Amino acid sequence: MSDQATRTRYPGYDVLAKRDTPSWDPITRKVVDERLATPLQPRFFDQVQWAAAATLCKCVVDQPADRASVPVAAMLDARLFENQGDGWRDARLPPLREAWRTGLAALDAESRTAHGVVLAQLTLDQQIALVTAMQRGELHDAAWQNMPCDLFFSERVLHDLYGAYYSHPAAWSEIGFGGPANPRGYVRLYKNQRDPWEAVEAAPDSTAQERDQVSEENARVR
Amino acid sequence: MRVSADAMKVPRGADGHAPDVFRKGGWVPMREHDLDQEVDFLIVGTGAGGATLACRLAEQGFSVVALDAGAWWRPLEEFASDEAHQQQLYWNDERICDGDNPLKMGSNNSGKAVGGSTVHFAMVSLRFRPEWFKCRSMLGYGADWPVDWREMWHYYDEVEQALSIAGPVNYPWGPPRKRYPYRSHELNAAALVLARNVVVAGYAIETPRLLLISANQRFPDGLANSSGLVGKNLMVQSNQAVWGVLDEEVRSYKGPPSLSISEHWNYQDKDKDFFGGYAYMSQGPLPAGWASALNGRGLWGVNLSREMQKYNHQAGLKIVGETLPQERNRVTLADEKDQYGLPITRITYSFCDNDKKLIAHSLNFMEQALEAAGGKEIWREQDDTCHLNGTARMGDDPKTSVVNADGRSWDIPNLWICDGSVFPTVGGVNPSLTIQALACRTAHRIGVLASRGEL
Repeated sequence: MSDQATRTRYPGYDVLAKRDTPSWDPITRKVVDERLATPLQPRFFDQVQWAAAATLCKCVVDQPADRASVPVAAMLDARLFENQGDGWRDARLPPLREAWRTGLAALDAESRTAHGVVLAQLTLDQQIALVTAMQRGELHDAAWQNMPCDLFFSERVLHDLYGAYYSHPAAWSEIGFGGPANPRGYVRLYKNQRDPWEAVEAAPDSTAQERDQVSEENARVR
Repeated sequence: MRVSADAMKVPRGADGHAPDVFRKGGWVPMREHDLDQEVDFLIVGTGAGGATLACRLAEQGFSVVALDAGAWWRPLEEFASDEAHQQQLYWNDERICDGDNPLKMGSNNSGKAVGGSTVHFAMVSLRFRPEWFKCRSMLGYGADWPVDWREMWHYYDEVEQALSIAGPVNYPWGPPRKRYPYRSHELNAAALVLARNVVVAGYAIETPRLLLISANQRFPDGLANSSGLVGKNLMVQSNQAVWGVLDEEVRSYKGPPSLSISEHWNYQDKDKDFFGGYAYMSQGPLPAGWASALNGRGLWGVNLSREMQKYNHQAGLKIVGETLPQERNRVTLADEKDQYGLPITRITYSFCDNDKKLIAHSLNFMEQALEAAGGKEIWREQDDTCHLNGTARMGDDPKTSVVNADGRSWDIPNLWICDGSVFPTVGGVNPSLTIQALACRTAHRIGVLASRGEL
């Protein structure tokens, strides 16, 4: 992610800089601290599933190259380990854990059929092509066990991966989101107004010098 | 001490007191009853219907025990304003969804806590348009309610006062009404209890589930189900949106999520090719919610991160749209069992042509409104729904309804239902205020019936 349209408009802004300020209260610290302490090693996936899951996360969730990656696959594994469902599922899908086991095995099977190797060993372009085929509902290997691949993609892959990613402070910083609003609260509600604990935006076409200025301002956001 | 105990595992309302949700570490006194002591009312579910009813019945001197499947939270100490953390407020036990338009459950429609939806809802408290209570006879669709609108407006007054609702001094739609108690906001919630009366207040999915699961030799099709209507006529509300990008920084998530609302298309009947109405309102999705909306457009990878960079410039309008009651939209029991060995529900839902016409009308209208406001890159979110009603409708005739106007079941005189499942129609406004008003009415009616010796 390096072109003008995808680089962050909020250089120098870090939601976590507010952790020890009046912007956050004890429960906010506890909730976010626990999220940041998600174990990086899998407890639900076996090694084969883990390799496929990690590859799928990297392929689907685009992340900035200039900061540590949000551990999306580990967050997914934690959710599956705890079997934390949504309270519903489409009748065409099996339960949460079964859907993921089946889906990852099917992606490896599709990969082997097409390229002779598993998903993790494909080039990024090949991975993207396979994921796109999944999105279009074009994958029908017996390993899917009649689970519609496009529904697995929209209801599990996108829902679970992006749900995890955008619960992480690094992702909030990237899009200029203030983070938990309580206890600070918003005072300035009108357009183009920001509270002192909110990020300053650099226009997409701003110069390097302008971005440096914005970066300095964002370093003061608490 | 008990503050730190896990509210998901340890009941907090115990030992004669309950958590004071308005004071950190505080307690309020709570009356308790022994397990072998008979009480006047057992209420299952403490949401907008059950909690309101429990309060009003207790105030009249009835003995009441209320049960809830969820935790009794201490919001001041235990809530972080965080999307993922809020998941604990929703009914996360599995339900299976099918039909042409399989519903998405959870945050938009089902809570699990003492307080039910009132712990997580967006506080949008709108009255039904008067004609909606007689929409079959006056507007030509749906089913008439067995209650009069003037009576309901009396209870709306009562609830708005109790909740200290904020709103305009002169409400622009409908007949004249009292001032809201607060001025407009700046723009931008144990088993073996013997009871004489059981009130089921578990909402449109869990209420029919409980009635259907409770089938026995005397009531082989489920309790209160001689009409065969328990679980049928499930109504959601359509929740489609139009989104666009503004040049200005909007940060739409600041403050309550639906600060401006129009009921124009609830009160205007001309130029419509469909029955029913809708309210439309501004929106303020949090990051994961917004990413989910964009996922719905098929965006992922670089295409999604590019779009997410415009997050603070997004603005959108969303409807709460009326859907028609259809018997094919229903809650049934699935073969699959939950963690207690009880059948989970299967929820079947399909929009009808009228629902689709209403949605199309609203999307066209909101697109024009967003363009006029300077919106660019406008797109339509087509598949969202919110709220749940129906499945145990009230009416004047035991053959075509499950309960009467008082929420009393036709088949079992000491079984009452007091939640959104009694709605014959759903209207184009968020349902909680009407659920609360109906609960106040049911409480009043129970008092009247008791004084006549008719309970």
